[in-house]
Amino acid sequence: MEIKTKASTKKNQSKKQQPISGAEAVVKCLLVEGVDLIYGYPGGAIMPIYDELYKYQDQLQHVLVRHEQGATHAAQGYARVTGKVGVAMATSGPGATNLVTGIADAQIDSTPLVCITGQVGKHLLGSDAFQETDIVGISTPVTKWNYQITEAAEIPEVLAKAFYIAKSGRPGPVLIDITKNAQFDTFDFEYQKCTSVRSYKAVPDVDKSQLLAAASLINAAKKPLIVFGQGVILGEAESEFKALIEKTGIPAAWTILGLSALESNHPLNVGMVGMHGNYGPNKLTNECDVLIAIGMRFDDRVTGNLESYAKQAKVIHFDIDPSEIDKNVKTDVAVLGNSKETLAKMLPLVNQNSHESWMQEFKEYHAIEFEKVIKDELFPTKKGITMGEVLKEINQVTKGKAVVVSDVGQHQMMACRYAEFNQTKSSITSGGLGTMGFALPAAIGAKMGAPEREVIAIIGDGGYQMTIQELGTIFQTKAAVKIVVLNNEFLGMVRQWQQLFFDKRYASTEMVNPDFVTIAKGYHIEAQKVTKRENLSGAIEKMIASKSSYFLEVFVEKENNVFPMISTGASVSDIRLS
Amino acid sequence: MNTETKSYTISVYTENNVGLLNRVSSIFSKRHINIESLTTSQSEIENVNRFVIVATMEEQQATKIVGQLEKQIEVIKAYVHTDEETIYQESALFKVSLDSLLDKRQIQDIIKTSHANIVTVARDFFVIEKTGSRKETEQLYQDLKPYKLLQFVRSGRISVTKEPMNISEMLKAF
Repeated sequence: MEIKTKASTKKNQSKKQQPISGAEAVVKCLLVEGVDLIYGYPGGAIMPIYDELYKYQDQLQHVLVRHEQGATHAAQGYARVTGKVGVAMATSGPGATNLVTGIADAQIDSTPLVCITGQVGKHLLGSDAFQETDIVGISTPVTKWNYQITEAAEIPEVLAKAFYIAKSGRPGPVLIDITKNAQFDTFDFEYQKCTSVRSYKAVPDVDKSQLLAAASLINAAKKPLIVFGQGVILGEAESEFKALIEKTGIPAAWTILGLSALESNHPLNVGMVGMHGNYGPNKLTNECDVLIAIGMRFDDRVTGNLESYAKQAKVIHFDIDPSEIDKNVKTDVAVLGNSKETLAKMLPLVNQNSHESWMQEFKEYHAIEFEKVIKDELFPTKKGITMGEVLKEINQVTKGKAVVVSDVGQHQMMACRYAEFNQTKSSITSGGLGTMGFALPAAIGAKMGAPEREVIAIIGDGGYQMTIQELGTIFQTKAAVKIVVLNNEFLGMVRQWQQLFFDKRYASTEMVNPDFVTIAKGYHIEAQKVTKRENLSGAIEKMIASKSSYFLEVFVEKENNVFPMISTGASVSDIRLS
Repeated sequence: MNTETKSYTISVYTENNVGLLNRVSSIFSKRHINIESLTTSQSEIENVNRFVIVATMEEQQATKIVGQLEKQIEVIKAYVHTDEETIYQESALFKVSLDSLLDKRQIQDIIKTSHANIVTVARDFFVIEKTGSRKETEQLYQDLKPYKLLQFVRSGRISVTKEPMNISEMLKAF
């Protein structure tokens, strides 16, 4: 039979086998791809594969989540902390549709995932069979690629292609839907790793002339500013990036997904750009003469009003994805390619330099921000605990070594603003999609991907309850995740907007919460509640010292706001401090 | 910024796979752009399909859509062209009651002057085919309307570009 995937393959990796079932072939494919951990939830249409997972359980660990959304987020956490492809599995119908939020999250945040769903038998397709849903149709806009397998013999080639596409180029999620007959049928298994797809160019060729053009702009710049994103991490270009900024002396600001690519205390790290970013890099975006964007996509939360974004600057954009060039911000020089390669090639072309008076401007803005915002957040004099001081206390114990997984909302902005990192792949958050409920399952995946590292989930009381059932997964797998819920009894970010833009009409943002400590204890997770400042540091020390999972609830000031802030539609230079 | 909208023809060379139409069309619908006409067929290269899509939008949108289309794994190459850069045609079929042909002298004149063809004549109807510009098929529609027009259908635009596309060379390079 013909498989219309047109993937070319390496012949030397082929292995001839006896006829096996499609289900067993799936497991064998995963093993050849180096998968040792998958997250999923069984059900009717994927039972043949689960039966094989049972047989192969000594080679391939399956983590039973409590909801399929948790499977995708856990796979994302695993992928983000390891750089490997995360794998999630679910049955047809509701199992498959429950994956969709995580898939959409992975698509917008460029996370490599392979999601495998069971599907009703081929003869039932389109008959509205029990648990039939068109998951290929549903997932098309939120996947890098998807495919429905209806014949067992398609499995090796399609799965090889799935892993190649998920990981290569700009990574993303791939969904493979496998009908039940294809899982049962047997065929002669032969696996060849996919190394190219003719209609897909994973990494664009580097154009030397663009490198030279970029170098000449950088070398002539008096006030250059680098804004870097996750492209540095995904390209594993952290050392090339650091060499470049250190040689050129250019201040470097990060997007939320670029966080941890450069250590927090690096002298050229000038903080976060965007809506709740730092004062200096936002203000000075509109004063720099050359803006060098590296592996970022000019999201609206980064740029504010595009009509008044860096209009004075020449813009250089380094990216692996040609469709990002000129998508939001008009670029003067586009350097396409993998960041590891392009940044390495840039290094010899740029002059050794320093920009001390320009750096001084960042320091001055930082001093203003410290006085007006940071001081009260980290060293509060009022009674209530602030989110920032919780992060400060965590920093003191972890010394920047922990993986911090944040959910979505005020606590996320606080975590990204104040958590300190001295190692890459350490900040894991839902940036583009802003998926509440992301952090708890993502932290499970992160801990399993980096078991030697401390993994701390920072979550709000709202988002926590969206995937709280994953406490069951933590209990069952004994994943030693540290969970910190910053409880302000509000959907805090929405409440902040209601306060600022909707005359304090707090529509449906006040939360009447259960006793989270009792719930954690119900899952046999050690738990503690902090309501007073004097108990905070001791509680955090105890949590970090614990060798097993731990739940810490901190009651924070109910109606604090996150500042600085760029209001919707405002310019980055109109960033407000209160 | 040029925010003037006009008609663009977007040509997309793709692998021939199930579900790709959905992926291609969702790139338009995600941006709230209405597809005015869509034709898909085999292209000059074996096993490579070609979509010809006509939509009205701003130039900048058209460029971005091409970028998004090319990003799709199974899209080999996408192009955007203005009407002036392409040779394009549409085809229309008109099913007319046979009485009209026999009774009305005018209808034979209409067929003759419009350079349309009669493709079939049955016991009680006949079918006229006309290939040409939208204006021409529209004119014929208006002309035939008074004569018991039983059915009318018009195809999407098919077009070729004046400039070469070089897809074969591109595929060899993969």
